[in-house]
Amino acid sequence: MTKLTQWLWGLALLGSAWAALTMGALGLELPLPCREVLWPLPAYLLVSAGCYALGTVGYRVATFHDCEDAARELQSQILEARADLARKGLRF
Amino acid sequence: MASTGASRSLAASQRPPQGRSSRQDKYSVLLPTYNERENLPLIVWLLVKSFSESAINYEIIIIDDGSPDGTREVAEQLEKIYGPDRILLRPREKKLGLGTAYIHGIKHATGNYVIIMDADLSHHVSNLPCPVMKQKEGNFDIVSGTRYKGNGGVYGWDLKRKIISRGANFITQILLRPGASDLTGSFRLYRKEVLQKLIEKCVSKGYVFQMEMIVRARQMDYTVGEVPISFVDRVYGESKLGGNEIVSFLKGLLTLFATT
Repeated sequence: MTKLTQWLWGLALLGSAWAALTMGALGLELPLPCREVLWPLPAYLLVSAGCYALGTVGYRVATFHDCEDAARELQSQILEARADLARKGLRF
Repeated sequence: MASTGASRSLAASQRPPQGRSSRQDKYSVLLPTYNERENLPLIVWLLVKSFSESAINYEIIIIDDGSPDGTREVAEQLEKIYGPDRILLRPREKKLGLGTAYIHGIKHATGNYVIIMDADLSHHVSNLPCPVMKQKEGNFDIVSGTRYKGNGGVYGWDLKRKIISRGANFITQILLRPGASDLTGSFRLYRKEVLQKLIEKCVSKGYVFQMEMIVRARQMDYTVGEVPISFVDRVYGESKLGGNEIVSFLKGLLTLFATT
């Protein structure tokens, strides 16, 4: 099963559960507050998923490690390499 | 289901027993180059230095795709300096793509492990023994360098590039659940036979190729270990990735999403 079909199955499952509950297809008599929450639930989920995504990406951008040391080390190694290669007779 | 089971036992049976003498191990570094005249001698020098300091048996295979800037001529000089058993020149006539460069390189590789990396000095190679140790530690089929974990990271990136990189990585993780944190990094160590099998399966070109390799590896039940790497932005030369980088990334991502 491809990742796409996995997603479609998951969405279909959740979607039909939601539809069945809001349409009252199961014959359940849900109390009014429940129905009021249930109806816009997909929109709430979508918004919170978006917030989670933004928060996670934002946090990861903020904590993205800057390798200053590695860059400095590389620069000094490059100088060393150039000197050593020139000594070994390399024409750049 | 039968095919997954078959590939699992196949992959498992190909894994050599653990604790094999490291003296027999040889690492072939594949360096596909195109206009890397400035960088190639430096990267080779760095590789030679870190391999010999940690007493690792190695060879460096340079696959130059007919660079007009004389990369090949510099490579020939390097072959003279370090010897033809250490530096192997396997040039091709023209630019033919990364996947075929690796196929071409593997044909000539005598090591039982293959390391693939960019020749543009964007990967910090002084911690090269790390992936080698990591592989031995967990007997992994693949060890992938990651910029997103531990001490790994980037240098010389502005905020925009960081946001794009993190955002793209987040979407990829959600959609593909690949079991590796860095899919577009190109600093990896493979068992030679694993790399051979994976390349046969992979159809993508360029940028997406690296992603597909890891995704297919997971499909085929190969084990993937990760080591943190520092990605230092190109020191010399211009990045070869153009403005349509994001578009081709998204195309590749959606293709993998729908087909794997």
